[in-house]
Amino acid sequence: MTLLHLASDLLLGAGVLLVLTGAVGLHRLPEFFTRTHAASITDSAGAGLMLAGMLLRVEDGGTAVRLLLILLFLLFTSPTASHALAQAALQDGMTPLSGARERAR
Amino acid sequence: MLLAATLGLLVAMLLALARALMGPSLYDRILAVNSFGTKTVLVIAVIGCLTGRPDVLDIALTYALINFIGTVAVLKLSHYGEFGASSRRSGGDL
Amino acid sequence: MSTLLIDIALFTILTVIGLAIARIRQLFAVAMLSGLFSLTCACIFVLQDAVDVAFTEAAVGAGMTTVLFLGALALTRSREESTPRSRSLPAMLAALATGALLIYASLDLPGFAAADAPVHRHPLTARYLQDSPSEIGIPNVVTSVLASYRGYDTFGEVVVVFTAGIAVLMLLGRGAATSVSAPARVQPLHQQNRVLRVVAKLLIPFILLFALYVQFHGDYGPGGGFQAGVIFASGLILYALVFGLDAARAVAPLAVLRGLASLGVLLYGGVGVATLLLGGAFLEYGRLGGGDALAGQHLGILLVELGVGICVTAAMILLFFSFAGRGAGRPGKTDE
Repeated sequence: MTLLHLASDLLLGAGVLLVLTGAVGLHRLPEFFTRTHAASITDSAGAGLMLAGMLLRVEDGGTAVRLLLILLFLLFTSPTASHALAQAALQDGMTPLSGARERAR
Repeated sequence: MLLAATLGLLVAMLLALARALMGPSLYDRILAVNSFGTKTVLVIAVIGCLTGRPDVLDIALTYALINFIGTVAVLKLSHYGEFGASSRRSGGDL
Repeated sequence: MSTLLIDIALFTILTVIGLAIARIRQLFAVAMLSGLFSLTCACIFVLQDAVDVAFTEAAVGAGMTTVLFLGALALTRSREESTPRSRSLPAMLAALATGALLIYASLDLPGFAAADAPVHRHPLTARYLQDSPSEIGIPNVVTSVLASYRGYDTFGEVVVVFTAGIAVLMLLGRGAATSVSAPARVQPLHQQNRVLRVVAKLLIPFILLFALYVQFHGDYGPGGGFQAGVIFASGLILYALVFGLDAARAVAPLAVLRGLASLGVLLYGGVGVATLLLGGAFLEYGRLGGGDALAGQHLGILLVELGVGICVTAAMILLFFSFAGRGAGRPGKTDE
């Protein structure tokens, strides 16, 4: 197994682990704003590592460019979507869970 | 390893789906659907590597863009109740 | 073996989504779940090696249809009423009976990928697969079958899309001539959402460029007129969502869109008429190249795919404008 193949496997494995962590977080965290944190792990680190792992396996330049473009678009659009989502939720009156609110009681 | 990665991603998709079904508020559901979409982009890319067909990356790229448009559409609709408002005129967001 | 596990997982997801769509009453969630259903189907198609179908499913089913469902939801109630027991029980029996009939009929189908299935034994299959490189000369056999060997069917499909656009225009109208801005219900935290604006401005040119790439790359890889048209329309829809329907209507006036939809169909039909005038059959592209049949095929396929792309773009944008324009001026948060 060549070094490149091994490195690609490691990156893919790390990426999948992060995606699974994000998904478990999405499932288990208590409240909406905390869940956006979990979802963002998938979009940034998980996707980045997995696409980097696949990048090490490709032989052809066009495929590599496409993988880089997918990464670029995920990095552009996911934070924007989370931002718009959180802002809309705040405007609708959802308040984040915070320690200050607990202490104020 | 590619197979394990695909299965891991599919399990993550099931978890996101569970949140989409359970999520108490609409925003939880939108978040879960967006997340499901991102994972699907990754699954398609990995399956493309697995079966040796790099052309499917075009599909993944398309969906990465369409996921965003769908999320913005749902947000605008749930926030304003209709698609037509100009955000500039109303002075609000989206 | 490896793909079997992936197949099982994907079908599990599909079943869960299907059951959820049947049970959930909040139609917003149902619209989004149906988008997810289409997306999972697209994954399954990719696994089955049907990449053009997967592409169309991802672009149309997961993107366009969800937006249109949401547009329709804006015009009606967003919560489904519960059906009384007296109606739901016969309905379930009818659905079960139909399903059982379909499964019984499917037992007659040949086994999956069996070598003696009619689709493999028929001489036409061999003809298409083997002669396509020499007769038509483009690498993607799906496009060569769609645009050249079965060009009449595709012409019918373009006319169907055009008819759908006309029908929606007739039923919903052009929408309000001037859109009414929704009153801000809550004071915004800050004036404008610059992030979304800037990112949309960066993305939209790329989406349109990508649509052009998909249009012309359809000869070599997955792609073609239908997918490109939907992606192009999605770019404009993003513009309409972020900057407002008025701004989008200024960019793409309704008269221009109607003209473009007709132009697409006319282009396709025009190629056929041109080949008739050159002495061949309707849509016999070989006549277009002077003496060179392959060049004629290339030119013909290019023109008809362009016609398809233009018509689909215009029709999808018309659909969106009709739904969105109709809903304009009806503020009020849909109940969950």
